[in-house]
Amino acid sequence: MDWSHSLRLIAPEETLSIAGLILLLIAAWGGDKASRLISILAVAALIGATALVAPALCSGAMGPDTSAFFGQIHADAFSSFGKILIYLSAAATLVVAPTFFDRFGAMRAEFPILVLFAALGSGLMVSAGDLVALYIGLEMNSLAAYVLAAFVRTDGRSAEAGLKYFVLGALASGILLFGMSLTYGFSGTTSFEGINAALSGGLSHGALFGVVFMLAGLAFKMSAVPFHMWTPDVYEGAPTPVTKFFATSGKVAAVGLTMRVMLEAFADQADAWRQIIVFIALASIVVGALGAIGQKNIKRLMAYSSINNVGFILVGLAAANVQGASAMLFYLVIYVAMTVAGFVTVLMLKDEAGNPVEDIASFAGLSRTRPGLALGLGLVMFSLAGIPPLFGFWGKFLVFRAAVDAGMMPLAAIGFAASVIGAFYYLKIVKVVYFDEPVDVIKGESDIWHKAILVVTCLFISPLGYLLSGWLQGLTDTAAAALFHAL
Amino acid sequence: MSGFPILSLMLAVPLIAALACLFLQAKAARSVALIATLVNLALGVVLWMNYDIGGAQWQFTERLEIFSGFSWALGIDGIALLLIMLSVFLMPICIGASHAIEKRVGEYMAAFLLVETLMLGVFMAQDIYLFYMFFEAGLIPMYLIIGIWGGADRIYASYKFFLYTLLGSVLMLVAMLWMVHTAGTTDVPTLMAYNFDSKAQTWLWLAFFASFAVKMPMWPVHTWLPAAHVQAPTAGSVILAGVLLKMGGYGFIRYALPMFPEASAYFAPLIWGLSMAAVVITSLIALVQSDMKKLIAYSSVAHMAIVTLGLFAFNVQGLEGSMMVMLSHGLVSGALFLCVGVIYDRLHTREISRYGGLAINMPRYALFFLLFTMASIGLPGTSGFVGEFLSLGGVYQISTWAAFVGTTGIILGAAYMLYLYRRVVFGEQKNADAAAMPDLYVRELLMVVPLALAVLWMGIYPESFIAPMRADIAALDARLARAKPAGDSAVTLGKAMPAQAQAAAHGGSH
Repeated sequence: MDWSHSLRLIAPEETLSIAGLILLLIAAWGGDKASRLISILAVAALIGATALVAPALCSGAMGPDTSAFFGQIHADAFSSFGKILIYLSAAATLVVAPTFFDRFGAMRAEFPILVLFAALGSGLMVSAGDLVALYIGLEMNSLAAYVLAAFVRTDGRSAEAGLKYFVLGALASGILLFGMSLTYGFSGTTSFEGINAALSGGLSHGALFGVVFMLAGLAFKMSAVPFHMWTPDVYEGAPTPVTKFFATSGKVAAVGLTMRVMLEAFADQADAWRQIIVFIALASIVVGALGAIGQKNIKRLMAYSSINNVGFILVGLAAANVQGASAMLFYLVIYVAMTVAGFVTVLMLKDEAGNPVEDIASFAGLSRTRPGLALGLGLVMFSLAGIPPLFGFWGKFLVFRAAVDAGMMPLAAIGFAASVIGAFYYLKIVKVVYFDEPVDVIKGESDIWHKAILVVTCLFISPLGYLLSGWLQGLTDTAAAALFHAL
Repeated sequence: MSGFPILSLMLAVPLIAALACLFLQAKAARSVALIATLVNLALGVVLWMNYDIGGAQWQFTERLEIFSGFSWALGIDGIALLLIMLSVFLMPICIGASHAIEKRVGEYMAAFLLVETLMLGVFMAQDIYLFYMFFEAGLIPMYLIIGIWGGADRIYASYKFFLYTLLGSVLMLVAMLWMVHTAGTTDVPTLMAYNFDSKAQTWLWLAFFASFAVKMPMWPVHTWLPAAHVQAPTAGSVILAGVLLKMGGYGFIRYALPMFPEASAYFAPLIWGLSMAAVVITSLIALVQSDMKKLIAYSSVAHMAIVTLGLFAFNVQGLEGSMMVMLSHGLVSGALFLCVGVIYDRLHTREISRYGGLAINMPRYALFFLLFTMASIGLPGTSGFVGEFLSLGGVYQISTWAAFVGTTGIILGAAYMLYLYRRVVFGEQKNADAAAMPDLYVRELLMVVPLALAVLWMGIYPESFIAPMRADIAALDARLARAKPAGDSAVTLGKAMPAQAQAAAHGGSH
């Protein structure tokens, strides 16, 4: 293992770190006036990093050659897949953010840099091959995320969101760390590969506690039930672009990390943790769906929707095989597209003065005043509800197919039946937008970038997305196979 | 015609027109929608002309492997052909019936054209997942149609419609996942011939039943139907009753019966029981309705119960009869909803008591309404008779009780339909505004005359409709033969006359 090989493998991380540091210097000298320039450069850095990770996915990189720094980091097809999603959604966040912040005069030079570092941390999470690398990535992401949540300092809700996120996030990190120390104590190693080998004889009680505590910490990061309580408050309070960032990049990183830990470090102990995952998955589906019904604020609703979606993604994890992992990745792609489209729509919903409108009742009759926007919102809602032929259906289909193929019929039946509860609140939005009499609150104009991103993501979640399904299936299969060959 | 993707074309025409309608003004959207549906009708006629009766079971097949996990596989047999013909025949009439719609015409037409594409897709799909997608996707435009253009209680009706049918369908999807996992193919013809383990069949059948029973709809999960019908605009009701309900019956005949013969036999008493209950209960409910659309909606449930009775008779008469009832009901209930729509457009009420004596001021209307009323009752010479007679005859061979109770439905049907007709068309002209209503306009005549002709055609010469599906029904019957439950009617064949005597008896009429 020579250093140059390792350094080559982490080229995307290096790019982002160096770009972040340079941009920090520009920010120090240029001040907030330079924020637009910094945003553009940060997007360029993210796209550059995407270009650097893409080959690993296309060539299906896996095995020992992809492992850098003595197994600390895996630069294989799986991490490449996760990183592409993370970097692109971070870039999308930066593109839509300026218009939002400019109105408060809150667009600061630090914003793009924080997003950059958060994306870097997220990227590390999905490529971790060792408990230490995992924790560094996680904290790097979290630290930036706490600041981002509280970014609009003049807004009480934002500060509240930041504080809640920080306190609860620190608690979850503590739980995770406790689980990691137990795991280390009972396996004698921090590398995923070593843990799997050390536990091959079966889990001792201590190691089992380690798994449970680690899962609790990870569930918090994924906002899975029963560790989801922070999500609605943080999603509602945080500035909308930041919420979008949490719901996309953050979610991909957390799910990717969970897959790494469960399917690598505890790969052979699937029977021990499967029941926990099954419970978390079903509980998330049900609680996310029930919680969303009473919501009046669109961002809170999207928060519950994200809890609900994590439940569906975890159904794939319960299968604990390549097919399940591949289905999870496919779901993540569709979920990211739906969430980006959803939050871009939320950003575009503004009143005459340009203030964001988050109250669902104010969307009444949107289809008559703003048909394009209403169509976008309708597509996103039907897609999230998983109604074919929208692409959201295919994600659900794949995870449940994996569960059925793995012989978990009851999980699939209950999970699918519970998805009907979720359909109810998505339909509510469609009802408000299409059936109710117009109240004509939404009048604000949106800029071209919002529209462009909305159109692209909506085309992706429309039935046209199925034309890409063959290609995407190939990619997710490769990435999932890499995950199982990382050891 | 071999090789020409006529089925894909039939799906594409309304879809493209739907997208166009979204961007068009009201008048242009109406024309585009009418032209597109007429083009599809013409394509349907071409399809029927080219359908080779007695040829391959699956014709006009297309297969494109452009998706992962499932393929774009289309193809039809005689059963699907007839239901496709019913859909393309009703669509232009629906567009014509939407004359009264004035708000958001472009979106309305787009939704209807989308429904057409999806319905046709259901009947054409040869890949089980593709079928599911078409089957489910129909919910979206129907939800919008009921919710946007429906009457006062439309929100409740649209939710009920959507969530009921969705819950039924997702269970079916889980079953489909298991079937594909076990059989290793998504191809419907292969699955139809695949023998699933009879224990597993029970569960699979129940899952499919959950979906199709709601769509059908069977008692006691029919309650979404009256709510949706009453609130839907006229054209929405026509499509709902005319074609969407047939998807449930089609599901049974294409999926539940051939794929799970043992389970179908095992659960047949359940179906009979529910159907018997449905026939009697919903007919009695129909009898006391004061709302015309609700009355016809409940009569639909009763007719669909005759369909399920026939389907689970496990013999050729029953299956053919069910298909004929479905086709006939598609025409007749569609026509009845049109008739209601005609007077609703004039007086804006569906209350039966607000009308009366229409025969005096609307003689032509009274004539057509009478014809459709008689067809709904099942008078010989109309389409309703053929199907009901065959399916009840079929079910008699296997369960006399089911046949007995099912037949009371015909009597009760006569009661509520004649009672409706008497209150609306005969009697005194109680209300001045109802008495002042003009007779059918040319536009309305253009819609009811083709329906009336079709009803008579089907009643007088049903062979045209039975011929294309005869071979497919026979194949299904052969598939079901191994699980056929024993009948309780003890039908014995009469002694055949010697050949010479028979020839003499016919008296050289050949």
